Amino acid sequence: MSLIAAENLSVRFGGATVLEQVNLSIAPGEIVTLVGPNGSGKSTLLRALLGIVAPSAGQVTRKPGLRIGYVPQKLYIDQGLPMPVRRFLSLPHRRKPAEMAAALARVGMAGSEARGMSDLSGGQFQRVLLARALLMTPEILILDEATQGLDQPGEASFYRLIEEVRHDLGCAVLMVSHDLHVVMAASDRVICLNGHVCCEGTPHVVSNAPEYRALFGLGTQGALALYQHRHDHDHSHDLGHGHDPAHPHHLHDELHGAHNHAG
Amino acid sequence: MLDDFLVRAALAGVGLALAAGPLGCFVVWRRMAYFGDATAHAAILGVALALAFSVSIFTGTLGVALLMALTVSTLVGRGWAIDTTLGVLAHSALAFGLIAISFVHGVRVDLEAYLFGDILAVTRSDLVFIWVGAALVLGLLCWRWSALLTATLSEDLAQASGVNPARERLVLTLALALVVAVAIKVVGALLIAAMLIIPAAAARGISRTPEAMAAAAIGVGALAALGGLYASLRFDTPAGPSIVAAASACFAVSVLLATLRRRG
Repeated sequence: MSLIAAENLSVRFGGATVLEQVNLSIAPGEIVTLVGPNGSGKSTLLRALLGIVAPSAGQVTRKPGLRIGYVPQKLYIDQGLPMPVRRFLSLPHRRKPAEMAAALARVGMAGSEARGMSDLSGGQFQRVLLARALLMTPEILILDEATQGLDQPGEASFYRLIEEVRHDLGCAVLMVSHDLHVVMAASDRVICLNGHVCCEGTPHVVSNAPEYRALFGLGTQGALALYQHRHDHDHSHDLGHGHDPAHPHHLHDELHGAHNHAG
Repeated sequence: MLDDFLVRAALAGVGLALAAGPLGCFVVWRRMAYFGDATAHAAILGVALALAFSVSIFTGTLGVALLMALTVSTLVGRGWAIDTTLGVLAHSALAFGLIAISFVHGVRVDLEAYLFGDILAVTRSDLVFIWVGAALVLGLLCWRWSALLTATLSEDLAQASGVNPARERLVLTLALALVVAVAIKVVGALLIAAMLIIPAAAARGISRTPEAMAAAAIGVGALAALGGLYASLRFDTPAGPSIVAAASACFAVSVLLATLRRRG
């Protein structure tokens, strides 16, 4: 049984149709990435799946009692609101100090309970948001462009962290990304959205689909930076390197891939 | 030895601080200052209607304040520009309220008492209303505290955690209308928003958690009420404005303390 499914989902705001006849279903343990240009309805689709936006037509079904760990795009905390990390992690459900310490350690933020949320850097903030999502013991992690505002090493290490966490928890992951190459490497399935589902499949299939190329072009940075994802390779070995996907070793693969595409 | 009316006044001021402190924190955190103003100004219309239909002032102000707060949150929820909507509604309500009061005949209406409060004339039954209202607001906020705080941080995050942000907005709207009805006798319609915002703003500099800030806002509000009353007695100044002035003094001290601590 799927965790979350959208069936013929349409969303309209005023007269504008943002999503039209979208069908989507997330299975337990699956990593799904939503890509699409600005204004393609990626965030709206996430918000409809979360129940924040009501569908104009069609329906969204969530597994009853589904535990969702949600990491929003960004969170603005008013300067007037004093919010230590410890308190933030306990919203809205109270957590034990030991649980919080473990979650913070998991995301590399051990010992930061007493720090103020507004004193954290962008990357630290996202890690605390992820720790809060982990405390829900999620069956599915939902991330909405969670790396926006991070530099490339920061982004890469954040995605590596998500892969590790998913490996530990075995939860499904649904993420929205405008940045294709980092995400695709980790995804089982990529869905290309532009108001409707343009194409979907493994990262390789999508990057070669004419619909995807029409949207993102061929010579764009997104296409150049693609590197192929093979399902037969060993993820844990990959992570064991302890170095960045932006490392020359990977870069070589990427350039190689780009060469193939161009040829 | 304190005179009886002074004891009642002090109790009224402390009662208001109990409710206005924590609610004022939400007004600051959610940037609803103007929302508080609009609701408070609508209370004058409530006074006029209460006098015209011979119902209690408390009922009239509560009813109209609630109507105003619900109208504003509905319009804004439908995508109206919040700044303009509030600007139009706040001042229209005040203007219509003042006109309506001028039509009320047969009763000597002391308009100033409703605009600036009349805390020294608080009766025993006023005190009952103030404390019951304050207890209701405080109880409501304590009961919903975690959900309110989550919805304040992010409505999307709240929704994903199983908190309905629309319901929490309604809780705050209801609490705001109650505080307005409670406060009109104490500081008057024009200064209610001050009693919400200034104690909370003063508490910010000396608090490290949301809960500590709410408690400190109650403390500052109570201190301001007592200090303002004392000043009013000592220097023969109007009581309502003196209370707000005392709150401002607390704010200045808090800013100074926070600055010194940062330097030190």
